[in-house]
Amino acid sequence: MRFMIIVKATTDSEEGIMPSEELYTAMQRYHEELAKAGVLLDRSGLQPSSSGIRISYSEPGGKPKVIDGPFTEAKELIAGYTLIEVKSKEEAIEWAHRYPDPHGFGQGEIELRPLYEVEDLKINPELLIKDTDLDKWVREQKKT
Amino acid sequence: MSLIDAHRTIDAIWRMESAKLIATLTGMMRDVDIAEDLAHDALVIALERWPEIGIPDNPGAWLMTTAKRRAIDLIRRRKLRDQKYEEIAHGIDLYKMNDADPTLEGEIGDDLLRLIFMTCHPVLSQESRVALTLRLLCGLTTDEISRSFLTSKSTIAQRIVRAKRTLRSKNVPFEVPTGKALKDRLSAVLEVIYLLFNEGYSATSGKDWIRPLLCQEGLRLGRILAEIVPYEAEVHGLVSLMEFQASRLKTRVSATGEPIVLLEQNRGNWDRLLIRRGQAALNRSQKLENTLGPYTLQAAISACHAEALTAAQTDWIRIAALYEALSRVTPSPIVELNRAVAVSMAFGPSYALQIVDKLSEESSLKGYHLLPSVRGDLLVKLGRFDEARTEFKLAASMSRNDREKEFLLKRAKECEP
Repeated sequence: MRFMIIVKATTDSEEGIMPSEELYTAMQRYHEELAKAGVLLDRSGLQPSSSGIRISYSEPGGKPKVIDGPFTEAKELIAGYTLIEVKSKEEAIEWAHRYPDPHGFGQGEIELRPLYEVEDLKINPELLIKDTDLDKWVREQKKT
Repeated sequence: MSLIDAHRTIDAIWRMESAKLIATLTGMMRDVDIAEDLAHDALVIALERWPEIGIPDNPGAWLMTTAKRRAIDLIRRRKLRDQKYEEIAHGIDLYKMNDADPTLEGEIGDDLLRLIFMTCHPVLSQESRVALTLRLLCGLTTDEISRSFLTSKSTIAQRIVRAKRTLRSKNVPFEVPTGKALKDRLSAVLEVIYLLFNEGYSATSGKDWIRPLLCQEGLRLGRILAEIVPYEAEVHGLVSLMEFQASRLKTRVSATGEPIVLLEQNRGNWDRLLIRRGQAALNRSQKLENTLGPYTLQAAISACHAEALTAAQTDWIRIAALYEALSRVTPSPIVELNRAVAVSMAFGPSYALQIVDKLSEESSLKGYHLLPSVRGDLLVKLGRFDEARTEFKLAASMSRNDREKEFLLKRAKECEP
């Protein structure tokens, strides 16, 4: 199962202030541990929301609105993520627990979210079969 | 935290820590069996105490300290009984043991590596190596292992007991081999990992086409190995190969459970992240070594498929060339059969049929269902449907996987006039 450990943004991360050397080392060590346990899939840090944009569909069927960053509510923003692959939810929780306090001044918050697996998407098996049929049909059309 | 929750958490922690525990304890005791017992003792103590005192801040270190204390008790008792055992405790400073000793990190990695070399030692039979590795390095229970291999629990348990006994009676050292021995022994380790992965990837018997647990364990072990022996090109080659294959794991089966061959899979559903990881591992391997080893070559072939946006864009000429190189490094009729498929795609079915017909004389391929299956495929392309049908039927009668059997019979039926 895959889980995403999401690091929430803070006022500092939104201002583009880099983590202290101590914190940086702790992060490196943590991710090395993940890699050595064979569970690390991917990780990345995100730039502050000031370099991002938002596209919002505020009217059903209407044209989307494009809004430039920064966005204000830091706690609802993401500063980075770590993607892991583990055997159980408990294992994911245990790894998330070992994540160092991501900012170190009282605003640190991380979130753990499971990813959908193909098995979870079998909500409508008929649709999946239709998908397979459609693929087949497209291929046959291409042959002729 | 409820008792059930606590037990599930402890289970998860056990899975994360058991290999490191057993590796370190084997280093102390020079016996995997005793090491496993001691690690289990620590687990039992945790199961008793943690629901009361709560999960410790550093559960791994807690387990390690507890297990080491038991190990030292055992050594002391033996010492009193017989001075000869003194050498076992050699090198362990009884007064220097802390709860969390960060300086040990590197050594734990070394111990893990020694343990892998031990469980994959050539004195053990192939199936014992696999069972012992799953048990000691992946932390799987006998039950999980037996379910993965569709054998009884007692068979696996016996296999493990016998393997441990062999390791002891043959005095297999707990060490990382050096020099030329390292390459040979490493290739034995890679073989076990790939066997594990492959057994999960294309289950050779039973009802399911894929057994994900084995794939995951194989891939995880490979990724761990790439971290602890980063200087070996073939380790990255094998990891790359497994990442690429795993990227297609979920598109290999239709919603109704039948296998979908590579060229007919929905490429949009291939796992891009795993493909990227596969490419990164392949690059690493190629940087380390100019002459590509067998796993790296196979990974390079897999990369050709991963990089083609549609089946029609596949670079078959390159794949055929890579198979040619592979058959030089590891000549085998199975590689030759794969080369035939690539040649068919690159240069046409009649060239490929010549290769396959030469292989039909090969005695080692007697009973191998993919030979008639590939031959049938080539005959279909040449419009020789009658002969093709016979080949598919033959292939179906040889396959031991129910799903595959069905699939081959369906292909035979499609050849009927």
